[in-house]
This record gives sequence, C-alpha cells and structure tokens, in this order.
Amino acid sequence: MVAQSLVPAERREAMNEDLKDPILAIRNLKVAFATYDGVVEAVKGIDIDIGAGETVAIVGESGSGKSQTMMATMGLLAANGQAQGSIRYRGEELLGLPPKALNRYRGKTIAMIFQEPMTSLDPLFKIERQLIEPLMAHSGLSRSAARARAIELLTKVEIPNPAERIDSYPHEMSGGQRQRVMIAMALANKPDVLIADEPTTALDVTVQAHILELLRGLQHEFGMAIVFITHDLGIVRRFADRTYVMRQGVVVEQGDTGELFTKPRDAYTKMLIEAEPAGRKAPVPPDSAIVLSAQGMRVTFRQRRGLFGTDVRTVEAVKGIDLTVRRGETIGIVGESGSGKSTLGRAILGLVPADGAVRYDGALIHPTDRHAMRPLRRHLQLVFQDPYGSLSPRLTAGEIVTEGLLVHEPGISRAERDRRAAGAFEEVWLDPATRHRFPHEFSGGQRQRIAIARTMILKPTLVVLDEPTSALDRSVQKSIVELLRHLQTKYGLAYLFISHDLAVVRALSDEILVMKQGAVVERGTVDTIFTNARESYTRELIAAAFLDNPDGRSFT
Amino acid sequence: MSDTALAPPGDTSASAGRSLATLAILRLRRNRAAVVSFIVLIAITLFCVVGPWLSHHAYDQVYRSYVGLPPSLSPYPAQNTLEDAMRGALDRARIGMRDFTISGSTFRVTLTSPNPIDPRNTRYIDRVDQFRDAKVVATEDGGKSLVVEGTVQRQLFLMGTDLAGRDLMTRIMVGGRVSLLVGLLATFVSLVIGVSYGAAAGFFGGRIDMVMMRVVDVLYSLPFVFFVILLVVYFGRDFVLIFVAIGAVEWLDMARITRGQTLALKRREFVEAAHALGVSELSILRRHIIPNLLGPVVVFMTLMVPKIILLESFLSFLGLGVQAPLTSWGVLIAEGANNIQNAPYLIIFPAIFFVSTLFALNFIGDGLRDALDPRDR
Repeated sequence: MVAQSLVPAERREAMNEDLKDPILAIRNLKVAFATYDGVVEAVKGIDIDIGAGETVAIVGESGSGKSQTMMATMGLLAANGQAQGSIRYRGEELLGLPPKALNRYRGKTIAMIFQEPMTSLDPLFKIERQLIEPLMAHSGLSRSAARARAIELLTKVEIPNPAERIDSYPHEMSGGQRQRVMIAMALANKPDVLIADEPTTALDVTVQAHILELLRGLQHEFGMAIVFITHDLGIVRRFADRTYVMRQGVVVEQGDTGELFTKPRDAYTKMLIEAEPAGRKAPVPPDSAIVLSAQGMRVTFRQRRGLFGTDVRTVEAVKGIDLTVRRGETIGIVGESGSGKSTLGRAILGLVPADGAVRYDGALIHPTDRHAMRPLRRHLQLVFQDPYGSLSPRLTAGEIVTEGLLVHEPGISRAERDRRAAGAFEEVWLDPATRHRFPHEFSGGQRQRIAIARTMILKPTLVVLDEPTSALDRSVQKSIVELLRHLQTKYGLAYLFISHDLAVVRALSDEILVMKQGAVVERGTVDTIFTNARESYTRELIAAAFLDNPDGRSFT
Repeated sequence: MSDTALAPPGDTSASAGRSLATLAILRLRRNRAAVVSFIVLIAITLFCVVGPWLSHHAYDQVYRSYVGLPPSLSPYPAQNTLEDAMRGALDRARIGMRDFTISGSTFRVTLTSPNPIDPRNTRYIDRVDQFRDAKVVATEDGGKSLVVEGTVQRQLFLMGTDLAGRDLMTRIMVGGRVSLLVGLLATFVSLVIGVSYGAAAGFFGGRIDMVMMRVVDVLYSLPFVFFVILLVVYFGRDFVLIFVAIGAVEWLDMARITRGQTLALKRREFVEAAHALGVSELSILRRHIIPNLLGPVVVFMTLMVPKIILLESFLSFLGLGVQAPLTSWGVLIAEGANNIQNAPYLIIFPAIFFVSTLFALNFIGDGLRDALDPRDR
C-alpha cells in the first residue's frame, strides 16, 4: 500500500521541522477516482502533519481535494475512490485497514463533523438515542449511565435545558443546535483529533460565530487537535494555528497562519487572500429616475393544521416593508435565514401572493393579474442562489438562456435566437462556443453566469439577485461581483441584492436594509450601516462576518 | 465534494454537449446485466415478430396425426411409423395394402381390393398429415390393385405440438406477438394518460390536484376483474378490449408517480426561474416538468411492461382475454399447466420465453434506474 514518496526525505523533514511528533501524519497521500471519463486524481501526493492539541486549517476552493484528504483518513471515500500513500495515527498505519479495524479509531480517537447538520442526524430518532448508542457501543456504558453522559455532553456544547432537549427530534432543533448535537456526538469518546469539514458553512453568520467559539472552548478543555476544512479565510485567520493551502490536489503553501496571511509566498494564496470582494459602488446621481417602488409589502403564509385543516395558523413572513429603487441603484437586503428577505424579493416580482402596492415606472403592477404581469416580466428579473438548481438539467445552456425570448419576442427566428444567445454568453464572459452544452458540464461560477445571461438577454431594468454568490467560492464570487458591477454600469441596471454575506453586500450596494423576522430593523447607506449601526442585531451581523481585518488592511 | 469526483469538468475543447441522456446511456452500457437483457429482449422480439413467417406451420394448423408430440430435433414422421400410418389411412377407405416401400422422401404402395378401386381413393392417403401428392402410377388386375406413389411429408416440431396437434413453437411466436403487443401498447396508453394527468394534477396543485387525485382513488377502488367483466358484458369479447381494460387501470399508478415527481420538481428553482421569466404554465409543464419526469417514468415503464403481460395472462387464464385459436403466452402457460404431468414441455417452453422476457425487462429497468440516477448506487 505504501508507495515511495516522490518528495525527497530531507525536504520532507525540512517542511515539518517544527513538528517533531505529529499525532496524525499524512505522507504522500494520493486519492484517485475511477469515473466514466477515466481516472481523476483528486489528491496528488500531499504531506500533512497534525500535532497534538493544535488547530490546523486546510483551505482551498471546491475541487481542491481538501475534503477527500480527510475522507481518506476516515476511510470514507466513495466506492470508486482509491487512496495511496500513508496515513499514520500515533505511528499506526490507517490506510488500507479493513473497516472493522478502522472502527477502533473512527469515532473514538478521530472524530469528524460534517457540513450539513440537517442531514447528518437521522430524522426518525430522538437525539437521545443517536447520542447514547455510540456511547454504549464504544465505552460499554449502561443505558442510564449513557443518558447521563449524553446530557453532560449536551451541557458542554451549550444546548439550553439539555435534560429536556435530549428527548427532542432533530426537526425540533435549529441548524445551529443540530450542529452542536453533532459536535457532542463527535466528542462523546474524547477524541484526540476532531476533523471539522466546513462545520459552519450551512449556518447563519451569527450562529457560525457561536459554533466556532464553542469549538475553541472545547479544544481548550479536551486538549484535542482540530482540523478545519474550509474555504472561509475569515475562520482560518481567527482560529487556526497552522494552515495548509490546497489547490488541485496539491498543497501549494503551508505554514504558521499569521505568517501565511501577512507574507503569502504562493500566488494562489495571495489570490485567495485578496479574493474578498473589494471596492465600493459609485453613488447614483440624485436625479436618477425611480424604477420601482413598493409600499406596505406584506406576505402571510397560512398553514393548515389539524385533521381537517381547520386549525389555520398564519405566519407573517414579511411585515409591511416599503422600498424604492432608482435606476442604477443597488439596494442590499441582509438578514439571517428566515428573516423574510428572499420572500420580500419574490413578493415584489409577484411570485408569491402578497399585499401591498408595487409600482414599476409609475404604473401600478401589483396587485394585478398574471396575464397583465407577463409582458412586464422581461423588465423585472430574478437570479437565484443555487446555480445547480436554477437551471433545468435537460436543456442546453443556449436553450436556457433564450427561454425568455420565446415568451417576450416569439416572432424572432431560431437563428436569431442563437445569435442572441451567443451575444449574451459574451456579455457574461463565457465562451459562446459552450452554449450547446448542458448545465452539468459547467462549474458553479459558470452556471451562475448562465443564470445571469438568462436575465440579461431580455435587457431588464431591475434584477432581484437572491444570494447569487453564496453558493460559490470566494474567488469565483469576486468575478461574479465584478460582472454584476460591469453590467450595472453598462446598462444602468437597478439591483435588489439579497444576501447574508456582508462583504459582498458592502462591495455592491448603495443602501442597505437589515431584516429580522420579516421586518426592517435598520436601513441606511452602506457607510452608516457599517460604521455607525444603531441596532445591536446589525452590529452582531457585521461582527460575525469577520470584516474587520486584524492587519488593518482597509477596503477602498 | 463527491460530485466533483463523479462529474469532472468536461473537456473544454468540445463544443457539443453531452446531455444527461447520453451520460445515462454510457452508464447503462457498463451494466452487463442490462446489456445482456437488451440482447435477449431483441432476440425474443425478433423471434416472435419474424418467426411466424419463416415457420412451416401456421399457428392454427391442426395436425391430427401429431397430437401431443414431445419436442424433437428430428423430423416427423419416423420411418417405422409410416407403414402403420398408411394402413390406418387405407383402412378408412376399406382398401387393403401390400408392398409399402420408402426410398428417400417418396413412398410407393400397392392398394388391393376385391373390387376395382376408384383412383380418387388416393385422397384418403393425402388426408393424412404424413403423405401428400399421392398419384396412381400403374393399374393392375383390371383396377383391383393400384400402385400409388407420393411424397412423405416430413415435419419438424422443435418444441413439439400441443394437445390439439398444433406446432408449439409457432404458437409461442404468435402468443409472444400478442403478449408483447399488449405489454407495449397498454404501457404506452397508460403512459400517455398517466403522465399528462399526473403532471397536470401535480403542477396545478391545490383544489385541482385534490379533485383529480380523488378521481384516481375512485377508479382504484373498482375491482379489476369486475371492471373487465363489465366491459366484456357490454362490448362483447374483443382483442382491443384488453388494451382498454389494462390501460384504464394501469395509468392510475403512473399518474400517482408522476404527480409525486411533479410536486417535487415544481419546487425546484428552475421552474420558479421560468415563472420569473413570464413563461406560461403550459410551456413550463411541457418544457421543464415533463422532460425531467422522464427518468423515473422510463424506469417505471420497464417494470410495467412485465406487469401488464402478467395481467393479460391472468385475463386470458380466466377466459376473458384472447380467443382461441389466437393465443398469448398466458394462455399457453395456462394450457400447459393443465397438462403438466403428461406433457411438461407444454408449460416449459412458453414459460422459458415468458420468464426470460420478464427478467430482461426487470434488469433493464434496474439498469436504467441506476444509469439515470448515479448517486443512488
């Protein structure tokens, strides 16, 4: 199993000179996947050392192999995956162990928490059962002793009322609480190494900050090493002692975190550090025409409960919001998930039933009927968060982009549509030759550009951007932000920019609306919100986004 | 992360895209069971469709001399039985015989009688399945004995004959035509009705969905056999009735499956994106919902064909399906089951075809499901 390392021994030693006795030593690890297009090497011979009690971050963009490295360590590679090299835990080789032997380490001395707390817990069982089963299996505790220990663990991960919450089902807990339960499960057997694969990516920024604080506290208490796999450099900068930067299956740079951030040697690392969206939007001239105004937008969802649906509950998702957008202006709408920001965007476009009045170009467009709304749709467009879900998988990119033309300009010929599709592809900086491909053949950033091209082909005046960069890597985000800026200045577009990512919002917006539980808690220009927020909620959001740079680098 | 491993970024030089269907076919080709099943299915279909034209027997031709023959690779009649067959034929004409000889495929026999023999009596010889073209070549004793020559008709019954003396292989071919046709047509009927009905119900949702699905529930509650008997009573027995009866019942399943899938698809963002573009409901249904439904529907279809073939056998078994002399695999198996002790080959051969077809369809269905949803491995 153990292949000869390609890296000379003396150089390897030099690389790890400050780490005499790692508890987890990965040497020349290669991970390959057999696919229908041949073998794809995800990890190409990397060395990583984890010392006892330290926090190591592995950063890189999606596809860099950072997760696969740790999956190989845990023996969790997909069926078509194959790992080569050496992974030693306290001198014992883990790679190539049969699953049974591996289980002596897995979950016991090496534990792992995953990105998606929504799906890592079994929805059918109470969390008590999910917590005590590994305790009974690994440590041979009795049922009652295991329950007591489980409550103790839940206390450690700061779940309120642990003795009661232990009897709840996963769906009764919030995302953050579920992630805490996952951490409690991982800690159950006092591991030496905790591998956290993007543990906070799926969570709201404020929750994210709490979870990270919790992990830091627990690390102190348990003295375990934490391996952070993340693409978020803000987390790395705050929490990691050492950092490995991975790109295309290779470690391009490693070292002390502070040093790495102040003096990055590799060009890729530099690019990652500078990928935070920078700059500000130029202000809109005050005489710019009002494109759209909404008064008293109110969205109420009715939930029917009970045997015959007689028990009707109403949930107010948006509680009476006014807003005005001028030509060329960007309104940023920020808030945590569930704050109603996406619903507001859809209500303005008439995609969810809502109360209130919307005027476009002075004419009342809401309330109005669907047929009257249809011709206006070309002026009011929407871009979604998930570029994987928002493109129909059975149509080619060109067909997706030109779909709006079929509706709004049904007269034009097929050849003309194709020509316009090529034009729209160029507009969003995509190769027009790729327009005959299907969505699954594009990367996330390219797909988001297709989604933008789909709206741009209709020459809209207002685009609602619903978290358009949240599912993308930082460096891709940056190019999407630049594209959005470019299109805005070129066509004088108005944007409604919905996001929880304050860095992007700051780079793109003129005015910001902060939403909480369906209401606007604060609104103001970018400068007032970021430098002089009134509400503690706003300040908490800003603090959690790690925008303040320890090295004092400012965004200009 | 695993999606990057399964779907690596495509070659950027190629401008034509690989659709999901192309990828699915690529994956299907790797599934050995599915490929073999495809070959088997095509072979069986060809056998059933082309076979009856190449066969020397008609499916409804009765060989009274060859009732219940076991399968054999050598042709009938056997040499040693010919003299008895000739004697039997001439006994019916009350004529005696002597000097029965066979050379190659011709026979020569001398007919004797106390009275002059009418040469037309040779038709008694022709009437037997073993001989044909009997001709008087010489008249002796003033017509009291005739020398007759003719050919021995050799017949091959590879799978034997049934108890009415019909060639089993030809009947299997014709029965296969009926069974496969019923399977495909009824599936197609239920596909068209079920998919459009289910997709419409799921897509429009709310009250429309409610009413449409309750109609389905009502139809579900009709007992199938009762329904078929009702149809037979009103319209008389008819081949087309089988399609109507089966199609009318089977589309309900398809409608339910399609509705469920549509409900899930409807919440996907690309449908919402189409709404935001102002695409009309009908176009969304046609361009976005139905093409994305095809995966699960195709899988369900391959599993539905065997089910319908079984249903048809069941109907025919009860005597409500195809009418003799026309047959289907179900009928053949039912007949074979009645004679399983004295003529087991009557059930073995139709069952081999039936079972191989069902197996092949099920393997293809499984293969398609895996190919269309690679994450489900």
